[in-house]
Parts: sequence; structure tokens; C-alpha cells
Amino acid sequence: MAYSLFDIAGPIMIGPSSSHTAGAVKIGQFSRAIFDKTPSKITFYMHGSFANVTAGHATDKALLAGIMKLKTSDPNIKNAFKLAHQQHIKYEFKKTDLGPSYHPNTVKVVLEAQGKKKMEIIGSSIGGGSAKICKINDFDVDIKAVAGKYKYLVISHGNDTAVLSDVMKHITNFGKFRIAGIQSTHINDHMLTVMNLEGRDLYLYEVLELEKIHGIEFVRSLTRLEH
Amino acid sequence: MAGHHKKMKYQFKTSADLLKLAAKYKMPISEIAINYEIETFKKNRKEIIEKMARNLMIMREAVKKGVNTNKKSFTGMSGGNAKKMYQFYESRKQKLLNKTALVAMSYAMATGEMNAAMGRIVAFPTAGGAGTVPAGILSVAEGLRLSDNKIFAGLFTASAIGMIIAENATLAGAEGGCQAEVGSSAAMAAAGITEMRGGNSAQCLNAAALALKNMLGLTCDPLGGLVEVPCIKRNAVGVITAISASEMAMAGIETFVPFDEIVKAMKNIGNLMAAELKETALGGLAITPTGCKIRKKIGLPPIKSL
Repeated sequence: MAYSLFDIAGPIMIGPSSSHTAGAVKIGQFSRAIFDKTPSKITFYMHGSFANVTAGHATDKALLAGIMKLKTSDPNIKNAFKLAHQQHIKYEFKKTDLGPSYHPNTVKVVLEAQGKKKMEIIGSSIGGGSAKICKINDFDVDIKAVAGKYKYLVISHGNDTAVLSDVMKHITNFGKFRIAGIQSTHINDHMLTVMNLEGRDLYLYEVLELEKIHGIEFVRSLTRLEH
Repeated sequence: MAGHHKKMKYQFKTSADLLKLAAKYKMPISEIAINYEIETFKKNRKEIIEKMARNLMIMREAVKKGVNTNKKSFTGMSGGNAKKMYQFYESRKQKLLNKTALVAMSYAMATGEMNAAMGRIVAFPTAGGAGTVPAGILSVAEGLRLSDNKIFAGLFTASAIGMIIAENATLAGAEGGCQAEVGSSAAMAAAGITEMRGGNSAQCLNAAALALKNMLGLTCDPLGGLVEVPCIKRNAVGVITAISASEMAMAGIETFVPFDEIVKAMKNIGNLMAAELKETALGGLAITPTGCKIRKKIGLPPIKSL
């Protein structure tokens, strides 16, 4: 893959660390999109370097900010605790050891909504603002995300990838987009697909239009979380 | 990728390629860089300039905020020095360097201090080395009263140099030590500044080479593994290295070792460098008694101090 000048000049980010701050925001954003609800309680189990150097790098604020849909470049990341309090989101950080198979910068996020819907997501920040989701509930997955580089669509749908060609058709009709990558994972009886897009931000009505496609459960645009 | 297409005219992976293209098309490095981006990513010129303009806006914002605040970082290790430096420049105290150099030092620390205090910055090329390029480019533009178009030229040239280093070595402290972070940004700034002030392409690369050569061997051993000490002040001295290298290049001084060879040397030195000195906080400054105090303060497991 050829370098872009903007791989050098960028990304725009909130400090202090691309792997401990920007990458952590990314994990939070993905957790929220996959959970598909506003959580009322979140428990973060911090592993490895995430457990050790959390405060100095503001990894805790960054994770929480991502869950509240803040961008990796949002100056409000530093006020994440206050924002969570205003939105009545309870949160807790615990140290844990997930084992040697995980990257040192890893967190297990447990999300709950009014004590009902519970979901566990394990994500790692793998350097330079890149993150990957390794596990959703009991299922191993491999979903990668780069801070500030692409716009993401997280699509939950039935066990059939044919529906994705309908999604792509709609996106092409919306305007000039390039689909830079697609990753699909089976979870129970449905599938989760992440689409990386290059182009402008998607409008809310366009996302809602995608959700109307037969066979789609939900579409979450992380577009507005990016540059 | 599009790179294999026959009609691609502006592809470069080394400084030798870059110099050849600049001579062939009679263009400055910045224009080769813009054309590279246009043809590789099928973007138009306007989109590319607008994207850089947004970076420039964020850089100016960080510098301005950083120069005007005493705010400390979470650890209390950094904050307020950019302001001190700027006030020194404005004072009537005796100085050795000129306005441009003193302002550059202040701006470099401003960006680093904003980063440490969770402000918004452009990682150019990384968070650790983010102070040097904006500081060099903005202070020289102010000092020489240059337009934003010249600033863009400086930023694109700096990016092209960074791309060559990324392609042939690394920009990450964890792989190459600080020479790859502040060293690279000093080389990038040196080339950018030199183009802005009217240097030719060869002079830009001489400046980049002289700056990088002087930063070889620099380790990444910050206290507590945090991007604060010595990173922030190192950016301030890094930009002075860039300015000095540009002065030497404009005086007609050439590098004896070509830029591409220096990049290879940097990679080799990075490979030979002990892991303890590559962003792990297990050696050097990080394990001094002062470094160990910071480890304790931020909850890192204890380690034997020097």
C-alpha cells in the first residue's frame, strides 16, 4: 500500500498518545456501535499496559469518550467523566489479566442497558491510533479500525452476505464513495459487517435508508465520529 | 494499487527519486509531492490543499493556546515553558538567537505541552515529534513574512521527506528510538524551511540530511513512558537543529553522506538499539531516580533505579 502525504501530516488527534488515547477512543466508539444502544453501565477491564499507565495517558477518559460517540479529535475527551455523569452513564475501571495472547494495550468492555442487554467486547489498541476488536461475547473476531483514516459503517444483518450488495448499491447512489474494505463476522445467528468508506460524511437520512433494506437489523455510521 | 500503472509520473521512494523528478519537471519538492498525492489517490489539487489547510489551522490553534497557558499536564511534569520562552523573546533581556529561532523554540514546546495536556494537535509525523515541524514552518513564515502558500509548500515538502523516512526506515520511537521521531521531524522541518526561504531541491535535501545526521542515535527513554520528558524540550532543540541545518544548506554546505544513506544508517542504529531504550520506559532517563518517582506516581510497577 502506497503512503499518503497525510499518513505523515496527521492524524489530527487529542493527546497525549496515539496508542493509549486515540486508539482507546476508537475501541470505545466501536463498542458503542456494536452494542447498538446507550449503555447505562459500563465496566472496563484493563489489561497489560492499559492497566498500568491508564491515568497518565488518559486511556480511561478516552475509552469512555468513545462510548459517548466523541471523535478522536474532540477536545471534550478530557471532560469524559463529567459528560458520563450528565448522561447518567455509570462506569467502572478494573485491572485484569486477559492472558498472554492479547496485545499489551487491551481492554474488555462490558456494556449493560438497564440491567438487560449485556455485551462483552475485547479490543486492542495496536499502535499509531489503530485499534482492533478481538472478541464479541464468546466469538473471536478481527475487526480493524484506524483513527481518522476511514469512515466506518457497522452493519448487523442476517446470515447472508447478499444483502451487502444492496447496501453498496445504495451507497453508490448517495454520491462519490470508495469502499476501502469489508470485514464480516458470524455472531450467533446473524452477521456483523464493518465497511470502511472513503468520501464525505453520510447523512442520518441515508443511514436510516440503509436500515430499511430487507435483512438488515441495524446500521451504525461512525462517520460523524471521524474527520 | 494504482502504483503499478504505467502513466504514473510522480512516484518516489527515495530522495534520489525525488531529486530526479524535481529536475525533470522543473518543480520544487512540494509540487512533486502534491502531484504524487493527486495521481496516487485520484484526488484533485483543491481537496489536497484543503486537507493541509485544516492541518495548518489545528497547528496554529495548538501553538497559540500553548504559548498562552500555564496549564500543567496530569503528571505535573510539563506545561508553561512555551509561555516562558515566548516571554523571554519579548523581554529586553540579552539574547543570542534571533526572533525566528526563539519563537520556533516556544512554538515547538507549545504543541508538545498541548499534547501532554490533552489538547488537539496534528501528529506530524507522530505525537512525540509533533512540535518541530509546525514550529519551524510557522516561525520562519512569521520571521520572513511569507504567505500561507509558502507555508503549504513547506508542509508538503516536509511531508515528502517524512514519507521517504517511513518508506525506508521508521517514524516510530518504539522501533527506531527518538532519532525516528524528533530526528525525522527535524529533517522534515529543515527541508520545508529551506524550500520556503527559496532554497533549491538539492539544498532542501542537504538541510534534511544535515539535520537527521545530527540526531542519529537518539534514544526514546521518556519518564514513565509518557510523551513529556524529555520529548517536549527535545522538540524545541530539534527545531533549532532544523534551522541551523537550513542555514548551512543555504550557505552552500553539502552533506558528505547522501540523505538516503543516512536514512539507512538510522534504521540500522534503530535495530541495534536495546529494547530498553525504545519507548519501554525500562532504561536511560526513565530509570533515573527522578524517572522512578514518576513511575511510582502514575502506578507503574517499581523498577531498580540507576
